[in-house]
Amino acid sequence: MSDEEDDIILSELDDEELVQQMFDDLYDGLKEEIEEGVNILLERGWAPYRVLTEALVGGMTIVGNDFRDGILFVPEVLLAANAMKGGMAILKPLLAETGAPRVGKMVIGTVKGDIHDIGKNLVSMMMEGAGFEVVDLGINNPVENYLEALETEEPDILGMSALLTTTMPYMKVVIDTMNEKGIRDDYIVLVGGAPLNEEFGKAIGADAYCRDAAVAVETAKEFVARKHNQMAAG
Amino acid sequence: MAQISDTELTETGLDRAGDGRVLILACGALAREIIALIKLNAWQHLTLTCLPAKLHLYPDQIVTAVEEAVHKHRDQYDRIFVAYADCGTGGLLETKCRELGVEMIAGPHCYSFFEGNTAFAAKGDDDITTFYLTDFLVKQFDAFVWRPMGLDKHPELLPMYFGNYEKLVYQAQTDDPDLTEKAQDCATRLGLAFERRFTGYGDLETALQSA
Repeated sequence: MSDEEDDIILSELDDEELVQQMFDDLYDGLKEEIEEGVNILLERGWAPYRVLTEALVGGMTIVGNDFRDGILFVPEVLLAANAMKGGMAILKPLLAETGAPRVGKMVIGTVKGDIHDIGKNLVSMMMEGAGFEVVDLGINNPVENYLEALETEEPDILGMSALLTTTMPYMKVVIDTMNEKGIRDDYIVLVGGAPLNEEFGKAIGADAYCRDAAVAVETAKEFVARKHNQMAAG
Repeated sequence: MAQISDTELTETGLDRAGDGRVLILACGALAREIIALIKLNAWQHLTLTCLPAKLHLYPDQIVTAVEEAVHKHRDQYDRIFVAYADCGTGGLLETKCRELGVEMIAGPHCYSFFEGNTAFAAKGDDDITTFYLTDFLVKQFDAFVWRPMGLDKHPELLPMYFGNYEKLVYQAQTDDPDLTEKAQDCATRLGLAFERRFTGYGDLETALQSA
C-alpha cells in the first residue's frame, strides 16, 4: 500500500467510497482494515447480510477473478481470504441473529489420505459468503465420515477436495458407495482440487468439477436452483 | 557438459547433454541425478534435455511443455523417453505420452520413485503428514517453496500452508553433510520435525535402463 493510502481514515469515507476502499483492502489482505470497515458499516445501520454480500463477497469476487486470470497468486488469495475471515468473524453471529437468507446447505471435506485444505477452506468461506450453510468435515475423511454427515446434516450438496493424484481416486469410492446405498441422486456432488479436471469429474460420476472457489459457488447456486425447480415441478 | 547452475535448471532447464540417439526429456529437478546415472552406467546412447524445473509450480503447464518438446526433438532422435512421473497432472501427462507414443516414468511423483514406487505406495496413510524434499529441492528450497508461497514476505501464512504437516523427510540421493544440514534448516523454518532417508536413485535408474 502507498503512503498516500495509509492516510485514509475509513470512518470519514461515505458508504460507496468505504466499500470501494474495502475492496482495495481485501485485495491487499489487510485484515484489521476490513474488520474496521465492517464495524463502520454496521454502525451506519447496514444489515449484516448486506455488509457480507456487497463489501466482502464483492471484494473477494475481484480477488477470485484476478486469481483465475493469473494476475494474483495463491499467497495473495490467502491473505485476502484471511482478511475476509476477520470480517466474517464479526458478521457470523449477527447473521445468525438476523436470519440471513439461506441458499442451501453443503457438507465438504478433503478425502482420505489427503491433508490439504487450502482450496477446501476457500470454497467453504466463499460458500458461506454466498449464503450457504457449510458443514466442514476437515481433512483425511474416509467414506464413513461423508455418509454419516449426509445422514445427520441432510445437505443439498456434498463437496469433496483432493490435492494429490494418489488421493483423488478416493472420490470415486465415496460416490460408488453412495450409489450402492441408493442415495447418490439425493445430493449434488461437486469435486475440486489441483490435479482434477472436468473429464475426471465426469468419469467418477460427480455432478460437476469446480476449478476454483468462485466456480464452486456459481455451480452450487445453479444446481440448487435446478433442484428446487424440479421439486416445484414434481 | 558445461557447468550448469541449479538456478538455471529451475528457470530455463538444460538445452542438451550427450550425443546419444535416445533422448531423455526430463524435469530440470532430475538433471543431476540423470547425468550421474548416465556416467555411472556408461549409457552412451542417451542424450539429456531438461525443461525448467519451475514448471512444477504450475503442473497444468507440464503437459503442454512436454508435448511441444517431443514435437521439437522427435525427428532428431530414434526414441524419446519422458523423465517425468504424473507430477500433479492428474493422469493427463500419461494420456498425452500414450498419444505421442513415448514412454514415461511410472508413479505419482519423484518422491515416490526415489523411494521406489512399491515401497512408497505401501506406506499408505502413514506418511500423509510428511512434506518431502529431494537433493535438488533442498538446494532450491527458497525458489521452490519459500518464495513462491510468499513466506519470505508473509511468514504468517505458514500455518495455512503447513498446519496439517508434522514432518519433513529429506530423501537424500547423495551423501552430502552440507545438504543434510540445509534440509534440517528447511524443517526448522517450516516448524516441522526432521528425518533424513537415503534413497539413492530408486526407480529412476530402473526406468532409465529401459529407455
